[in-house]
Amino acid sequence: MTDSKYFTTTKKGEIFELKSELNSDKKEKKKEAVKKVIASMTVGKDVSALFPDVVNCMQTDNLELKKLVYLYLMNYAKSQPDMAIMAVNTFVKDLPTYQLVKDCEDSNPLIRALAVRTMGCIRVDKITEYLCEPLRKCLKDEDPYVRKTAAVCVAKLYDISPSMVEDQGFLDQLKDLLSDSNPMVVANAVAALSEINEASVSGHPLVEMNAPTINKLLTALNECTEWGQVFILDALSNYSPRDAREAHSVCERITPRLAHANAAVVLSAVKVLMKLMEMLSDETELVGTLSRKLAPPLVTLLSAEPEVQYVALRNINLVVQKRPDILKHEMKVFFVKYNDPIYVKLEKLDIMIRLASQANIAQVLGELKEYATEVDVDFVRKAVRAIGRCAIKVEPSAERCVSTLLELIQTKVNYVVQEAIVVIKDIFRKYPNKYESIISTLCENLDTLDEPEARASMVWIVGEYAERIDNADELLDSFLEGFHDENAQVQLQLLTAVVKLFLKRPADTQELVQHVLSLATQDSDNPDLRDRGFIYWRLLSTDPAAAKEVVLADKPLISEETDLLEPTLLDELICHISSLASVYHKPPTAFVEGRGAGVRKSLPARGTVSEDTQPQLQTVIPNQESLIGDLLSMDIGGPPAPAAPAAPASNLDLLAGGLDVLLGGPEPAATATTATGSATGLLGDIFGAVPPASYVPPKQCWLPADKGKGLEIWGTFTRQNGQMRMEMTFTNKAMQAMSGFAIQLNKNSFGVFPGGALAVGALAPGAAADAPLALAAAGPVQRMDPLNNLQVAVKNNIDVFYFACLIPAHILFTEDGQLDKRVFLTTWKEIPAANEVQHTISNVLGTADSIAQKMTLNNIFTIAKRNVEGQDMLYQSLKLTNNIWVLLELKLQPGNPEATLSLKSRTVEVATCIFQAYEAIIKS
Amino acid sequence: MIHSLFIINPSGDVFLEKHWRSVIPRSVCDYYLEAQRASPNDVPPVLAAPHHYLISIQRGGVALVAVSKQEVAPLFVIEFLHRVVDTFQDYFSDCTETIIKENYVVVYELLDEMLDNGFPLATESNILKELIKPPNILRTIANTVTGKSNVSSILPSGQLSNVPWRRSGVKYANNEAYFDVIEEVDAIIDKSGATVSAEIQGYIDCCIKLSGMPDLTLTFVNPRLFDDVSFHPCVRFKRWESERILSFIPPDGNFRLMSYHIGSQSVVAIPIYVRHNLTLRNNGDQGRLDLTVGPKQTMGRTLENVALEICMPKCVLNCSLTANQGKYSYDPVSKVLLWDIGRIELPKLPNIRGSVSVASGADTSGANPSINVHFTIPQLAVSGLRVSRLDMYGAKYKPFKGVKYVTKAGKFHVRM
Repeated sequence: MTDSKYFTTTKKGEIFELKSELNSDKKEKKKEAVKKVIASMTVGKDVSALFPDVVNCMQTDNLELKKLVYLYLMNYAKSQPDMAIMAVNTFVKDLPTYQLVKDCEDSNPLIRALAVRTMGCIRVDKITEYLCEPLRKCLKDEDPYVRKTAAVCVAKLYDISPSMVEDQGFLDQLKDLLSDSNPMVVANAVAALSEINEASVSGHPLVEMNAPTINKLLTALNECTEWGQVFILDALSNYSPRDAREAHSVCERITPRLAHANAAVVLSAVKVLMKLMEMLSDETELVGTLSRKLAPPLVTLLSAEPEVQYVALRNINLVVQKRPDILKHEMKVFFVKYNDPIYVKLEKLDIMIRLASQANIAQVLGELKEYATEVDVDFVRKAVRAIGRCAIKVEPSAERCVSTLLELIQTKVNYVVQEAIVVIKDIFRKYPNKYESIISTLCENLDTLDEPEARASMVWIVGEYAERIDNADELLDSFLEGFHDENAQVQLQLLTAVVKLFLKRPADTQELVQHVLSLATQDSDNPDLRDRGFIYWRLLSTDPAAAKEVVLADKPLISEETDLLEPTLLDELICHISSLASVYHKPPTAFVEGRGAGVRKSLPARGTVSEDTQPQLQTVIPNQESLIGDLLSMDIGGPPAPAAPAAPASNLDLLAGGLDVLLGGPEPAATATTATGSATGLLGDIFGAVPPASYVPPKQCWLPADKGKGLEIWGTFTRQNGQMRMEMTFTNKAMQAMSGFAIQLNKNSFGVFPGGALAVGALAPGAAADAPLALAAAGPVQRMDPLNNLQVAVKNNIDVFYFACLIPAHILFTEDGQLDKRVFLTTWKEIPAANEVQHTISNVLGTADSIAQKMTLNNIFTIAKRNVEGQDMLYQSLKLTNNIWVLLELKLQPGNPEATLSLKSRTVEVATCIFQAYEAIIKS
Repeated sequence: MIHSLFIINPSGDVFLEKHWRSVIPRSVCDYYLEAQRASPNDVPPVLAAPHHYLISIQRGGVALVAVSKQEVAPLFVIEFLHRVVDTFQDYFSDCTETIIKENYVVVYELLDEMLDNGFPLATESNILKELIKPPNILRTIANTVTGKSNVSSILPSGQLSNVPWRRSGVKYANNEAYFDVIEEVDAIIDKSGATVSAEIQGYIDCCIKLSGMPDLTLTFVNPRLFDDVSFHPCVRFKRWESERILSFIPPDGNFRLMSYHIGSQSVVAIPIYVRHNLTLRNNGDQGRLDLTVGPKQTMGRTLENVALEICMPKCVLNCSLTANQGKYSYDPVSKVLLWDIGRIELPKLPNIRGSVSVASGADTSGANPSINVHFTIPQLAVSGLRVSRLDMYGAKYKPFKGVKYVTKAGKFHVRM
């Protein structure tokens, strides 16, 4: 007797058959019929037509039948929330409600819980209203089983109607459950609250954790189920203890969770501990103990199922970057087993490179060599790259790494050779003039290279060492034959390599360089290539000496660990260990205050995540994709300053313009504020007449007329009386009238959005109008680069125009940014030294007092002033609109035009824009 | 949290779906199926679809794909999915497509009982079994006759007690407590026979049939051996920390009391060696293979169920070998050579040798096969772990006690 019998159909039609069975008098037959309905539902058949008949079966005291009917009800309440079917007639609509409400009062707790569970799944407003009363009762039910079910029901209700949950006071009841005597109830209440916090519309957590609550949670932690422990630990990870002592005690109470059999519990505990360890100073004994205790459970996770291993490895990757000491002796467990799934292999390899050190390098290299002969191509490639990384990371091993790579090149396995050449290029950069003897071996393999990256690397090597390769010109010439079939990356490299060759051996390569320049500038559609071609051309024709300085400049050293995550991102991800963010190594989208209270967990950026599903795409060797950018900045980015003055003045503009375009760098606010030009001067006068309370940078041209189809926009940002504004001037330089102006701001780092509509009417040809726009700062947040970048779209009757401008940071300083002296002092001490940034401002005029006054006008508050050894120290604080506190120390020396500024904040990314703002204000 | 669950068979059909929140169309599984097509055996466990996250496990030929719309802890989901499969295996003795299809209604009831709104509700097998009785023929017949159902109408006692893992009122005529100490040796041995890495993954599985509420204490001779331990929730962690003994009220029946890990700090004994010689080019087109297996550091115990599995390089067409013990087979399609040896009786050492035919002109360089070794050694815990005594409090009867040790090969590789 199995359930497959439920799928046998008869000729009359299933639905008809079932209908008559459901209405049968016999209980047994009824039950069988409902089972058939459920079975059909499971495989996705539509049995909604039977709704009235099934619901009729609800009035029963047979629990199994009741459960089955509820199952059916829940399923359709979800798939058809409008309940079109429920509205068949009033009787049918009311019946479930009536029965549910009645069941909520049943003497059997199992039935009460079942009813309250089902209730939460019915997503119809009218019915939901009915259910408030029973839910309230169930939250206070004498039976903990009912209470814990009801707690979850509140979360369900919040999903349907947040306002109802808030209005009816369910949140408070839920909070009360946090102190319930039963640990399972507490766990469910925590889970429900976390979910509500996450879904909360305002973005702010609705319930803040405080020390007594945390204490209760810690007590419940020991007694509740494994899943409850996960919920509680996750909630604990959002709590910041007041001081190191509290952190210490929380740590001690959590440590036993590391020995839990459930991997999810272990990883959640790791998260809390990693976070709290930050609060303890590194010297304390506990940090050492914890570091020792963290290693074994992490290692044990690697003997679990491959899926668990994968998630664990992604998280270990973060742990290793944050605290390399924890696993430094555990290298062996990351050795790859040949039947590991590929996604585990690649992750293990990644961690092996991170753990590689002088002590274990021999072992690691032996392993990597072994892997390089395996079957899986992706894995082999990564192993070869890893050897290169080791060479760069552990200097004493470089020699062995290079010889290993050479051995691998001898195997002539095509993809191994190509990977090896790519990494050897990096090794050359790291250790110049050391291993060039192997170039001849590399050149032997020139013909077998068919991947753009390997070809580009080879071309780079040939160009860089042209003077040592006798037939460099022949080699490069052979590449030029198929120039247009090459990948853009290779084309760019070829261009640079030939120019290098020419500069080194001008005598016999003139023809070659002319050939490549004409290929690049005349026959190519690629703007990057054309621009670079033109620049080289111009450089070579005007001043070969400058060209030499530019093209053959010293390269910036390649760093040892370019694949490391950015420290702030890493810190944020540490707070998200065990979550999806930790698997993708992507931050939750929002730009939120470091790891202060109430870190909002949100999903990684949706659009970009999908590319990263293959773990092998991200991470490891730095300059694969950035090769072009890298070389570009190396060739021209660094030295144009010395080179430019040598060039004739007429070329200067073109060159500078070209460089800017190429580098694509943002125009820093500093240059903008000092920008000269008649227009700015004029506008500046207007403001000069009435000195504004706070500093207003001069207007800049945001949208030139030629890009705006005749519309020119000049603008700046102001902050007056706590109101941020965009002051814009629209000028119509076209021949026709413009109207229908509207403005929109893209999501940005600070959540700035228009606080009103744009007040510009029609604009006749030649007319100009001022367009002030009030701004508010609680909009959607997206991290921009640079941080204060703001993308604006302006629409009129002609078209939509896009431009970007930089928000001067000082308009984001709020009026309530003054810290109490004591708070300032403790906060300054609390923020780790890693979060301190220094900056020197030159050409500072005025005394400490006048500067302090100027600062106050801009909401930078001076907390204290002190004179130390003839230097004036100003301690200042400010707060950004997104509640980031920034503490500063400004050191002034009378007579010295240079001032030193030290900044401390939990979110140091803001430093750059604050420094810019400081400079601008001081010099205003 | 978990929004929906889809169960997919090897041919890519979704044959069961369950939604705990709003319904997510099953087309979301296409992202999984796509990844599966790309690499059938290596589907990454976490996949991102435009609006959902898919977290999957593969077991017993079926894939369980959990779908979530929000941030969720992937391990939490993975652990839960494994628990679902464990429960199915517990109920139906297996977890295959046919069995799930045969028990749709119970499966559906179970899933509903295990998760509410995406939050785990009851996953302890003893609680579930009280709520929903596992199907068996006898009960089905009895139910048909008496009109009873397999759904309990009373709240399971364990659900909320301090010992949720144990039901109350357990009664046995024969009270027994058996402990199996199982150790798996994971090792990588390099070409020359040196140990690259070796670790022990150990488990203590119990079968406890004791009446009432017994409180047990298990003591080890050498508890300092463990590098890392993880316990069943029933173990009192405090006592372990302070006294290094396992004190617990056991669940009823079979369960894993503890798993442990030994290796990073201590030296692990390798109980077997393989002498191997494989030459793919040997003047003609015939290569040669010669393998000998023998015991090493077994502390006088016998190696049993020894089997070697070698995934040969692609260029190997066939093998013609003679073994002095056991049977061998070679699958020319998957290139797997399997040599089933059985028990190693000293002084005779099992040996297999013969010729390997290699595709002419094939590239034989850069292909280093690995030998996957299986073995078991009864009556030995290779780490040297020993249970010293088991005490019982809280019950008056005298139970029958037993401890069994066994060592097995885990992921034991020998590189050639």
